[in-house]
Order: sequence, then structure tokens, then C-alpha cells
Amino acid sequence: MRRLRDRQLPPRLRDLQDEVEGYAREFGLDFFEVIFELLSYDEVNMVAAYGGYPNRYPHWRFGMEYEQLSKGYEYGLSKIYEMVINNDPTYAYLQESNSEVDQKLVMAHVYGHADFFKNNFSFAHTNRKMMDEMANHATRVRRWIDRLGLEVVENFIDRCLSLENLIDYHAPYIKRGPPRVPEGEKEPERIEGLRADREYMRYYINPPEYLEELRRQREEAERQKKRFPERPQRDVLLFLLEHAPLEPWEQEILAIIREEAYYFAPQGQTKIMNEGWASYWHSTIMTQRALKASELIDYADHHAATMAVRPGALNPYKIGLELFRDIEDRWNKGRFGKEWEECDSLVEKQRWDLQLGLGRQKIFEVRRLYNDVTFIDEFLTPEFCLEHKLFVYGYNDKHQAWEILSRDFKVIKEKLLHQLTNFGQPIIDVVDGNFENRAELLLVHRHDGIDLKLDEARLTLENLESLWRRPVNLHTRVDGKGVILRFDGKEHSERRADL
Amino acid sequence: MTLKIHQDHARFKAIVRGRIKQNLRRFIQKGEMIGKRGKDFITIPVPTIEIPRFRYGPKQQGGVGQGEGEVGTILGPAGDGAAQGDGKGKAGDAPGHHLLEVDVSLDELAEILGEELELPRIQPKGNDRIVTEKTRYVGINTTGPESLRHFRRTFRQALKRQIITGTYDPRNPVVVPYREDRRYRTWKVTTRPESNALIIYIMDVSGSMGDEQKEIVRIESFWIDTWLRHHYKGLVGRYIIHDAVAREVDRETFFHTRESGGTMISSAYKLAAEILEADHPPEQWNSYVFHFSDGDNWSADDTRLCCDILEGRILPRVNLFAYGQVESPYGSGQFIKDLRERFGQDERVALSEIADKEAIYTSIKEILGKGR
Repeated sequence: MRRLRDRQLPPRLRDLQDEVEGYAREFGLDFFEVIFELLSYDEVNMVAAYGGYPNRYPHWRFGMEYEQLSKGYEYGLSKIYEMVINNDPTYAYLQESNSEVDQKLVMAHVYGHADFFKNNFSFAHTNRKMMDEMANHATRVRRWIDRLGLEVVENFIDRCLSLENLIDYHAPYIKRGPPRVPEGEKEPERIEGLRADREYMRYYINPPEYLEELRRQREEAERQKKRFPERPQRDVLLFLLEHAPLEPWEQEILAIIREEAYYFAPQGQTKIMNEGWASYWHSTIMTQRALKASELIDYADHHAATMAVRPGALNPYKIGLELFRDIEDRWNKGRFGKEWEECDSLVEKQRWDLQLGLGRQKIFEVRRLYNDVTFIDEFLTPEFCLEHKLFVYGYNDKHQAWEILSRDFKVIKEKLLHQLTNFGQPIIDVVDGNFENRAELLLVHRHDGIDLKLDEARLTLENLESLWRRPVNLHTRVDGKGVILRFDGKEHSERRADL
Repeated sequence: MTLKIHQDHARFKAIVRGRIKQNLRRFIQKGEMIGKRGKDFITIPVPTIEIPRFRYGPKQQGGVGQGEGEVGTILGPAGDGAAQGDGKGKAGDAPGHHLLEVDVSLDELAEILGEELELPRIQPKGNDRIVTEKTRYVGINTTGPESLRHFRRTFRQALKRQIITGTYDPRNPVVVPYREDRRYRTWKVTTRPESNALIIYIMDVSGSMGDEQKEIVRIESFWIDTWLRHHYKGLVGRYIIHDAVAREVDRETFFHTRESGGTMISSAYKLAAEILEADHPPEQWNSYVFHFSDGDNWSADDTRLCCDILEGRILPRVNLFAYGQVESPYGSGQFIKDLRERFGQDERVALSEIADKEAIYTSIKEILGKGR
């Protein structure tokens, strides 16, 4: 394929960029250099299908994404206005057919994202040369495809993707447990045998066969004692990389999938904040600086479309934007801290305004130090839930339908946090790589009130088995009872068990 | 302009069609987008392949949403999260709104089904059968009239001969054909039976027909239609869809419409009878009527009316009346029994029950296999 050609912006857009960038700096946004490129709708769909990168390894799932995006576009249901990549320089793509006011809006939005990528702590560990890295990954995978055939490599990728979410999303930010002691550094204890006071008796009290026997016993005990892994490990992919009997090419591909999963993780962990922040800035820049009177209607129309909500789904743009505005307002008026919390007069609360003007400062701080979980945990208030009509929905078996279950603040917050924690995915650790001393793998699902989707879990076990090459087990709970699901390469079995 | 993604896209499509990577077929899910074309709502099928993962089961899960509504307000029926209500339920008697489905590639469907089904040929009855002859140029021969000489093949043959015999000189590339080099086009005569055949398709598209039922009907009638068309070029098709009211539609609409209303079968039979009486006198036409429904008719009175129309106005004019009843989740399906009672012995009537998608194959054989 030809490279995406040099898509220098036409002069008119170049001017727009300078203008918008000026406003962004004026408001104190801080970003790497932003390079805008102009793409046709088809190219935008392609790049979006590739997760933002113009160069990825061949895989059908990108084609699937592309089909959805292009069908949505062809039937006028959806359109991608822009895309930004967490990279230094930050690349952003504009859709060719956007009208001028759209381009302005999009640019302002992009500068919000660019600022967020650079400053939010979640992205601190990410590779800022990912553009190149992704291309390298593509080349490496292609090389294996040339040697082994597309089918073989793709099937393996399918399996890895099935396990892709089994990584430790927090690993980049914390250290788990004490560092591992490398094997070699432990002094092997001397085997002394029974006490022999007289040197000439030693040989008779501790004959060599006996000492040998002792040593063997101790080694056996050591081996029994040694847990493998030493403590439960969330990063199942790493465990597989280190311990599964993989071919070199398999190892390389699994490592690539894992690296990309870690790279994309922070974007998932800050979806609400990131979109909220970018929306806050496009709205601020547009309404306070960039917008011309003649563009008002178009701007309002597109802004409203972005913020649209439908029941049963949460729009991260909307929630994020409103939360940032809410925080700004509260810190401007001093609606926080002990006095505010303890005030129980509604009237007084409604009139509360200490004129602190700390809002801007606060939201800049928030964008640096929070991710979605902590953001919601700290800044979602009962007033906010009420004002924005949040609710919790669930499945009602009696009515065979989804319905609104509650509008209670506590319930909403709990549900929302649960949805965001670990990406709303079940938490699963590798607990034993030598389960029942048969080199079987044991994973444990930390059950938190929601059962796994069992049919899929079984299929996933099949994929896991094909990497581990020995039977694999998953402990979970089904309808309140502990169960071990096992797949041995041919058959699935299931037994009751509590760990 | 080709984009790199088109390879991935082609590969994805091939997987969905089942051409490659059969192991992924079981993960294919039928999704759809709802869009608008003109005034009509349309559904756009978007198949997806879900790679299995450890994830939460849906029912205990739920989530957080935003919008109006009291506690207990229903957001959507079973199925996916917040899908729109799509008229599942018992037969009612009000016409509903119409949804068109687009972007199904009929050719491909025919291709797939054609490989899998082997059907006996229907021999059309009647005296009006016309056999047409058609000549097609299909091959090459060494003899023939000069007017059909194939110049390129002739010269190619001459070139071959010259190279073999070593008389070809690349520096002076002159090729002279001899008599033996000459090649001529040949033709073949194919005969096709053509007949004045009419097929009336009637489909129940009422709300009580669930998505699966409609799909079954669509697949079966589509296949019958495609297959018959393939064999009989002179075939005229008329299409009727009905819920509480019947209307005649064109072929495309017939295969793509989803409705949601009640069921009054008599309305369709009346319309079919009118079509037969007005345009297709039995002395000139071989007529066939295919009707598909879940058999969940609005009332016994209406069923009686249906039988009367059938007996008095339709059967005397047709070679075959076939009724295929799709098994409905609501288990009523009385209609086929009523028909069987009254017309069970009548050899102009073919009745078939279609339990599920697997049964389409046998059902088509039951209906067409009568060799009428």
C-alpha cells in the first residue's frame, strides 16, 4: 500500500490550526507538537479500524471494525470527525469532508486530548514513539506470516486476543509484593546429618547413603513448598510468556499483543476523563474565542450531537464534560470541604458561593492526577446524579426485559465504579502453574457478585490450553457455588470445589 | 484507490461467509444497525465475530444509564442491552410500521444454497409450453465456415507450429498460418422450456412472526423463487405480504420487509384470488401459490373464510397451492391443521411444517418434490 501521502494541511486549515493552537496555549493547555493530517473518509475509517495507527499487522478483526465504520458512514449513521494518537509528536487526523466550523471544533477538541495525553499520570509510562513501534510490530508479524503462512499466525493471534484482557492494568503504576529473589543468590543449606561429636564416628553415624537420602528429602520439601507462581499473578500473559512452552515466533507475537494491550489500557482507563476534558476545551475555546456568529448554529448542532444521550447507555463525552464543569463550579464557589459537607440546610447550600475562583486550577489538577475510577469516586455527587438523571438498569427476569432499577446515588456510584474497575471485566489471577502437581494451570476468578459467562469462559479455556499445552483449570463461582472448570485438550469437565 | 485494510476486510467477509477459518464460524453474531432511507427505516446487517473471553454474564450485570423514567420503566426487551422493541408477541390485528432490510447479497445466498440443495426438476404442465432454442458460441474447432474463423487462435496455432518446427525467427517475426492452423468458433444449441407460469408468493409478516420465523420464510421462499427462476425464464412472480391487511409488493420489498401487525390470512387469499381472476386465466397460465405463515390466524372465522376462498376461487385456477407453516414460539399454529382437515386429500395442495432452519431443506423438497 502506498503510504498515507504527505497530507500537509491546506493553507486555510493551517491558519485555523495556528489560531486554535494559540487559544489552547492561552488557556494554559500543555501538549507535544500536534501534527494534523487530512484524510478521506475511507482512510479515516481505515485508521480508526486500526486503532488509530496507519500501519498494523494483518488481522481480520481490523477488517471487521472497518466494515462497521464504513457501513455506518455510508448509511449516514455515524461519522468520525477526528482521531488523535498518544504519541510525541501527537498525530491527529481530520476528515476531509468536515466543514470549516467542524474542523475548528475538532482541532480544539484535539488540543484537549493532546494536553491530556501529555499530562495525565496514566500515560506517563506509555511509549511516546508508538507510531514507530506499531509499524515495527506489523513488520515482525508479517515476517512470521511470510514464513509460516497467514492462517497459522492468524489463528495464534486469535487465541492471544482471547486472553488479551488478562493483564495487570495497574502494574505500570505500582509494585506488587517484594522483589523476587533470583534463584542463584540463595545459599544452599549444608546437609549435616546427625550430630557426631567424634570425628572418627562421623562416617558411621552419617553414612553417605544417609546424607544423600536427607538431601533428596529436603529438595523434595523445597519443591513442594515453592509456589509457582509465588503469589497470584494478574498478568496472565506475562506468566504464559515466561512459563508456557511456546515456539519463538509464538512468544514474539504474544509479547506484541501484550505490549499493545498495555499501551491501549490507559485510554480505556481514562475514557470519561479524556473525552470530558477534550469536550470541555472544545466548548470553551469555541464559545469564548474561535466561533464566528455565522457558525453558531452548526457548532451548536454538532456539539449537541456529540453530547446526545440515549437511555441505557452512558455517553462518556457528556458525563465527563459535565463533571469537569461541575468541579469547576464547585471550586469556584467553594462548595467543597468540611463546612460544605456538614451543612444540612438546603437553602444555604443553594446560595453557597465563597467566590474562591479556584475552579480552573482545580480541573487542571484533576486532569493530571486522576483516572476514571478515582474521578468518579471523588467527584460524583448526589446532586450531579439527580441533575443528570442517572440511573441503574438491570435485567428483570419476571418481565423479561431491561428496566430501570434504581436512582439511588449510592447504587449508581457503586455500579459505575464497578463498570470501570478493571474495565468492567472479571478479575482473574494465575494461582498455580503446577496445579495438583500435574503441571496444570489454575486460574482463579475473584467473584464479586457477577457470574462469568460460562460458555465463553469454556471457549477461552480452550485457547488457554492451546498455549499452555497442558490441562487448564478455572475456579469461579456459579450461582453461589464454587466450581472448577477444566479443559484437558479434548474435553471439558466441571466439579464443585472451594479453594 | 486501494487501502491496506481491504485485505483484512476481504478476509473478514470470507470468514463470515464461511469460506475460510471454519473454527471462527461459531463466534459470528448477527448485529444490525438501524438507519433511514427516505421515509423508510432500514436495518443494516453488521455481522461481528466475538472472540471468546472471560467476561461477565449479562443478566446480573446491568449498568448505568441516563435519561427520563421511573424506577421500573422498561428500557428494552430481552436480547441486547437497549435494543428497540421489535414487535415480539401474539398476533394482534393492527397493521404496524415497516422496516426494510438492505445489504443482503442475494447472489451470494443463492450460490451457497445452490451448492447444498439438490432438487428435482419441476415439470410444468399445460399446453402452452414453448421450447426456445438458443445458440451460444462455446468452443473452438478445426473446421468451420470462414466467417467464423478465430483469427487470434489461428495465428497462435501458426506461431506454435513455427516455433516447434524451428521456422520462427524473432528478428523477423512473420507468422503465416497454413490451412491446418485455422481455428473456427463452434456453437452449441441449448433448449430451455418456457412456460406461462405464474407464481404467487404470500408471506405472513405479522408481529407474531418472530425474527427467526421471518428469516426461515424468507430463506425458503427466496430459495424456491431463485430456483424456479433459474429453470423457467418465462416465469412471472407476484408477491403478497400480509399482516392484518394484504398488499402486493415487488420482489425486493417482499424479501426485505419486516412488519409488525396482526394476522388476517383471508386478506391475502382474497388478494391472490383477485390477481388470478383478473390477470391469469387458468387456460393460459400454470399458476402456483406459495403461502408461508406461522399459522397463528386472527380468528376461526377468518380461517373458515380462507378455506372458502381457497376452495372456491383459488384451487380451481392453480396447479399447486403450497402452504408452509413455520413453527412459532407461541405454539398456536392451528391453520395447517384446519387446512389439512379440509384439503388433506386434495393433491393440488401441499402442506409442510417447518420446525426450524434445519428443516428448510426438507420442507423445500416436500413442497417442490411433488413434481407438479
